[in-house]
Amino acid sequence: MRMLGTAVSLALGVALAAAPAAAQKKYSPGATDTEIKVGNVNPYSGPASAYGAIGKAIGAYFQKINDEGGINGRKINYITLDDGYSPPKAVEQTRRLVEQDNVLLVFQPLGTPSNTAIQKYMNAKKVPQLFVATGATKWGDPKTYPWTMGWQPNYQTEGKIYARYILENKPNARIAVLYQNDDYGKDYLKGFKDGLGAKASLIVAEASYEVTDPTVDSQIVTLKGSGADTFFNITTPKFAAQAIRKVYDIDWKPLHFLNNVSNSVGSVLTPAGLEKAAGLISSYYLKDPTDPQWAKDPGYLEWLAWMKKYNPDGNLNDTFNVYGYTVAQTLVTVLKQCGDDLTRENVMKQAANLKAVTHPMLLPGITIDTGPNDFYPIEQMQLVRFNGKTWEAFGKPIGG
Amino acid sequence: MEAFLHQVLSGLATGGIYAIVALALVMIYQATHLVNFAQGEMAMFSTYLAWTMIDAGVPYWPAFAATVALSFVLGIAIERIVIRPVEKAPVLAVVIVFIGLLVILNSVAGWIYTYTIKSFPSPFPTHRILGGYVSAHELGVMAVTMGVLVLLFVFFRFTPLGLAMRAAAQNPVSSRLVGIRVGWMLALGWGLAAAVGAVAGMMVAPIVFLDPNMMAGILLYGFAAALLGGIDNPAGAVFGGFVVGVLENLAGAYLVGTELKLTVALVLIVGVLVMRPSGLFGRVLVTRV
Repeated sequence: MRMLGTAVSLALGVALAAAPAAAQKKYSPGATDTEIKVGNVNPYSGPASAYGAIGKAIGAYFQKINDEGGINGRKINYITLDDGYSPPKAVEQTRRLVEQDNVLLVFQPLGTPSNTAIQKYMNAKKVPQLFVATGATKWGDPKTYPWTMGWQPNYQTEGKIYARYILENKPNARIAVLYQNDDYGKDYLKGFKDGLGAKASLIVAEASYEVTDPTVDSQIVTLKGSGADTFFNITTPKFAAQAIRKVYDIDWKPLHFLNNVSNSVGSVLTPAGLEKAAGLISSYYLKDPTDPQWAKDPGYLEWLAWMKKYNPDGNLNDTFNVYGYTVAQTLVTVLKQCGDDLTRENVMKQAANLKAVTHPMLLPGITIDTGPNDFYPIEQMQLVRFNGKTWEAFGKPIGG
Repeated sequence: MEAFLHQVLSGLATGGIYAIVALALVMIYQATHLVNFAQGEMAMFSTYLAWTMIDAGVPYWPAFAATVALSFVLGIAIERIVIRPVEKAPVLAVVIVFIGLLVILNSVAGWIYTYTIKSFPSPFPTHRILGGYVSAHELGVMAVTMGVLVLLFVFFRFTPLGLAMRAAAQNPVSSRLVGIRVGWMLALGWGLAAAVGAVAGMMVAPIVFLDPNMMAGILLYGFAAALLGGIDNPAGAVFGGFVVGVLENLAGAYLVGTELKLTVALVLIVGVLVMRPSGLFGRVLVTRV
């Protein structure tokens, strides 16, 4: 009797253990017992090829993961193609990844125009377009596009953060805005105005520039002429450096907000002149590798060791190498969470199920959180002020 | 009124940049009767050569001189190796070669030096002049532009070599008959244009910062300046540069808004080509048929 009981419970136990195990190993195209195929599209040539560093850094991080045994025993097969920052080319390369290479997902396709071009296709094919490399606000819309998800804090959130700071600390500000005349610049401006809400009339002057303009000197002169005492600088690196220098040279002393796109110490503030950048306010969510305050930080040292071993050609001053490293870590977290259910549905389900995830190069206090209705992984930023040498954090990380 | 004055001053400052780029364009046009679309990228590349030397510890002026000399040689090399084989080809083919050159130089610079912007030193003092609306460097650029203009004028007007170059460009057949080596004169023209371009690049870089796409926007304005002044007249091109700089600023600030600044330059190009193809000071070309 006793024997029988044991046998029954044993059999039951085996059956219980076996049932989920058999159900667990589920694969979509691109995943097998030994490998996970991850596709990527990046501009390795053309005008935006500086961003190509991100695609290379991601590959270098996956190399490290593979050397350490892969994800749940599966190696990542990373296929990255060049689209030259051209939307038609991005469509062609993405179709190749999905239809010929049969990837499980397309990870980190780069650029707002390229992602806009492939979004409908990815959603029609039901292939994850995961953690896209753009800060536009439109990537967090799970109802219309359940297969697309952003990653970095979006431009509108950042604009709102500055607006909140102004309303709390300088309620009678007279604000001037310089912005790049495209989706990126307008997205920031919209977030900023939404953040000011009823007080949007605090903006006394707006000036735009085109990427083809040789300098923004004339715009800065116009903005100073408006009598503004607060300046929101929505510019890409070259123009940011020009604007910072010109503001200083013509002796305009506004409370100066600089968008995160251009706040690298090494590649923007140093060329502009560190003394001219003193007093700037910006926001961060990643650690700037050129900022001396992280020189002894364990997260930074881990990144540095990886750079030296796996990405030796990469520029140590380039924030893109931090970006690629960190976003690759988020994907690894998602794939680990998927376990043996490597279907495209489950990849999206797990990507939308990240709770308080932290990474070594994320700023202290910034976490990655998603949910079925929250497709914005990073939504907080840390306000920082430039002291002439490094960015100093003040206050706690805040959301929009 | 103060703001207006500041826009004019700041326009003159950027006009100085357009002027020196226009000068390089005129230079090559005088020698070859072609507009070199790769002129800007050649200047950018020369500037990177200068940056490499300065970064390695060479003082500014020796690096400056070495860059001008090196660019001169490279300009000749480009003419001999790339342009000469298509000498007899239709104009369109030559233009394609120019554009190919543009893309190659741009990509190679990006590949070697990356796309991160670099600061380039200025040989002029850094303190503020006129409330910062014109920097010492920008005044320096104007002076250098004038200096280059005078040098070119003297070279073409008073030296036998300059005369030979003008003759070779205007009437190759007769020049060859009187013993001028026309092929080499063309190469020399390319060398000189590359050298002027190098000076332009080194003057522009401290203002707009050095990156592989530094000259893209400027070349267009430089082209408008050269056309406005007359593509075969160096002094006119310099004048055109200042006019375009001021016009662009004033139109952007008071008339059409900043979105249409570039359009102002393009309208200017089309306008000049339609109304007065030889520019304000250009020689009117009469061809007997």
